[in-house]
Amino acid sequence: MIVNRLKKIYVALIFILLYAPILTLIVLSFNASKTRAKWGGFTIKWYLSLFQNEQIMTALSTTLIIAFVSALIATVIGTAASIGIFSMKKGWRTFYLGVTNIPMLNADIVTGISFMLLYIAIGASFGFPTVLLAHITFNIPYVILSVMPKLKQVNYSTYEAALDLGASPVYAFFKVIFPEILSGVASGFLLSFTMSLDDFIITHFTKGPGFDTLSTKIYTEVKKGIKPEMYALSTLLFLSVLILLFLVNKTPRKEKKQIIKE
Amino acid sequence: MKNNRRLLATPYFFWAAAFIIIPLGMVFYYGLTDKSGALSFSNISAIASPENWKALMLSLLLSLISTLICLLLAYPLALILCNLHVNQSSFIVLIFILPMWMNFLLRTLAWQTLLEKTGVINSILKFLHLPVMDIINTPYAIILGMVYNFLPFMVLPLFNVLSKIDRNVVNAARDLGANSFQTFVKIIFPLSLPGVISGITMVFVPALTTFVISDLLGGSKILLIGNVIEQEFKQASNWHAGSGLSLVLMIFIIISMIITEKYDKDGGVIS
Amino acid sequence: MKKSLVLLLCLCLGLMTIGCGSKSSPNGKVVVYNWGEYIDPDVLTMFQEETGIEVVYDEFETNEIMYPKVESGASKYDVICPSDYMIQKMIEHDLLSEINFDNVPNSTNIGKDYWTQSKQFDPDNLYSVPYCWGTVGILYNKTMVDEPVTSWSVLWDEKYADNILMQDSVRDAFMVALSYAGHSINSTDPAQLEEARDLLIQQKPLTQAYVIDQVRDKMIGGEAAIGVIYSGEAIFTQRENPDLEYVIPDEGTNIWIDSWVIPKNAENKENAEKFIDYMCRADIALKNFDYITYSTPNDAAKELIEDDDIRNSQIAFPDLSQYKLSTFSYLGEEMDEYYNQLWKEVKSE
Repeated sequence: MIVNRLKKIYVALIFILLYAPILTLIVLSFNASKTRAKWGGFTIKWYLSLFQNEQIMTALSTTLIIAFVSALIATVIGTAASIGIFSMKKGWRTFYLGVTNIPMLNADIVTGISFMLLYIAIGASFGFPTVLLAHITFNIPYVILSVMPKLKQVNYSTYEAALDLGASPVYAFFKVIFPEILSGVASGFLLSFTMSLDDFIITHFTKGPGFDTLSTKIYTEVKKGIKPEMYALSTLLFLSVLILLFLVNKTPRKEKKQIIKE
Repeated sequence: MKNNRRLLATPYFFWAAAFIIIPLGMVFYYGLTDKSGALSFSNISAIASPENWKALMLSLLLSLISTLICLLLAYPLALILCNLHVNQSSFIVLIFILPMWMNFLLRTLAWQTLLEKTGVINSILKFLHLPVMDIINTPYAIILGMVYNFLPFMVLPLFNVLSKIDRNVVNAARDLGANSFQTFVKIIFPLSLPGVISGITMVFVPALTTFVISDLLGGSKILLIGNVIEQEFKQASNWHAGSGLSLVLMIFIIISMIITEKYDKDGGVIS
Repeated sequence: MKKSLVLLLCLCLGLMTIGCGSKSSPNGKVVVYNWGEYIDPDVLTMFQEETGIEVVYDEFETNEIMYPKVESGASKYDVICPSDYMIQKMIEHDLLSEINFDNVPNSTNIGKDYWTQSKQFDPDNLYSVPYCWGTVGILYNKTMVDEPVTSWSVLWDEKYADNILMQDSVRDAFMVALSYAGHSINSTDPAQLEEARDLLIQQKPLTQAYVIDQVRDKMIGGEAAIGVIYSGEAIFTQRENPDLEYVIPDEGTNIWIDSWVIPKNAENKENAEKFIDYMCRADIALKNFDYITYSTPNDAAKELIEDDDIRNSQIAFPDLSQYKLSTFSYLGEEMDEYYNQLWKEVKSE
């Protein structure tokens, strides 16, 4: 009994640690005073002015477009690559997986710098494409690492049976193998999307003038005082994801258990 | 047939060559040359200069401490989560990823609001007539920021390995007379080692190289190696020096890569 | 899983459409690179409406952060607003193009004194048009500091340990230490610079943080008692918190000018000149002054200020002859590196 209670207290303490800053941000989004330091009463005006704030809205859409497009392209390239790598001989496979590990394990700052040096060397002008390419690159490994374990679980005799029964390889792939790795592909996409959304450092080194994602926008604002609209926006984003999670959790499915394991 | 499938990796091959290998080559090129383009090791040996060395040592110290704290906090947590009913635990684990959807700069900045001299925590302490805390702009605040930001990276791999451990093995040990402590030391911990190792790498590397956390919670008073590199690039525009220091950092990253590789036969740190 | 993915996608697409409102402008664009919080945002909208030129706006924190971006050529800006010594450096490195003053008729609104002062870094007034100017001084909170502050020495006073905010930029930080020690703020003497470095190291335990624009919020919020700040911020902070007082220390300080320049690799030079001209218009300069409260060199705008207190304010428009003031100059590549090196030694201490 006591042990159980202690366990609960422990989990609760960690939760407080994780969510105290988030709670702070949510509270700040209702603070009428402009500075963080003072409480000026309750207001929802920041939520209203948020939608009029063109800079924040542009940064938001840029962030989402970058996250979405980079996750999508990374998922396509990454899934194809995983299937390719999976059918390779051991030596090549190790080589590919080694290369894949580089952006994952390398420090963000080194990755960011290496992109910056590359772009400057080829004389590219910094902006949307440079950031997008960088994001796709650091997203692909997450897709590969989500899809590979799934490929190991696939039962290939079903696939061969389909071929024997006259299905074309492509048809057989989409009918037999693809459904089995779909959850891996999907979690790879989600993971990429999240990583891209949360990235600051690599964007910081690859962005150009007038181009801002939410992260870089916040970084510049940190230095001169965050606009309260930013708190309001993050609160909204956070709550929408929270609601989403609840919706998903209400319909328990076998697959869900697997996302977490990925 | 197998040959055809292998071709599917071709786009990735070119992609990786263009955006992983070549950029890294650029870092090596700049790190190993001086301003005139001649081969030079001075950028690498610059790490030995007192101020860079101090920054590196401080980064190592702070990131080791935070990694250790993360491990100590996360291991019991992962154990507890594993023993919960499966359906419930998946939700709880998602709760741990959830904070990542709030921008990490904002989350870190929120700590500034909490920790400041006139901040939230101190106001509460003052109200309760307790002594106030004064850790903002000190290394302690940076450790807190690191632990806070990277804890999920430790919890998730640990949870993954622990939940895969066969209950029967644990039960067998108990049946054979091992007490909980012995079971833990002899069975659970050794089996969870891959998760421990990948958790350590996933916390240690970002903590070692961060410049944002020290910027936001250290009041720019504390210079970590990440700050030094960032400033070489963004302020001093000395790319050679910055690349040289990045190469030094990569030595630590490669070491952790090799260790991970040894324990993680699947070839991935997050699987 | 699938369901969550679909929901997520809907969410994204929905949000994307909210934010997507990019308009293409008929008259091209102008890429502006300016200090943070250094312009009234309405002015940018007005410029866009009146000229049909789209403004792409980017901000920097310090001259040192701005320079490599322009030098590398990776980011192509049309108008930049660096400070005096940095303009000199950019001219010496051949990064700036001459401004065609025929396209900037409003530049006549800028007072004569400022053109003369600009000659220190732009000898023939070919490359730059002054935008704002000011001094660097001490802002202190009267409720936390009892004695009258007259000297930089207060920054080394142990009484105010952990209550001092220093500037986080090389030249400004060294300027404070050099002035305190009685040396020139453009010193190149290693002995003097090392002395300044040691002073800064000695001061470090007393400082709460090194900050740039944050000093404003922190002083308003009462987080610190004393801060090193640009004079332009003084009026703004006093408006928000009447307990604050700005002083120029007796030992002297830096007087600076931030001016508009056009880099060599600008792609829209004519639009850049239109932008500079717009900034020189009296009503626009006044609007900017009201918003950012940095002293304007625009005499015509100064005439338009209605509030007598502000027009005669010793902070906004000080009587320069009363103080010991000097301007930064560019000290050469080697000295730059030396300063950076010493600053790093301070920071890593």
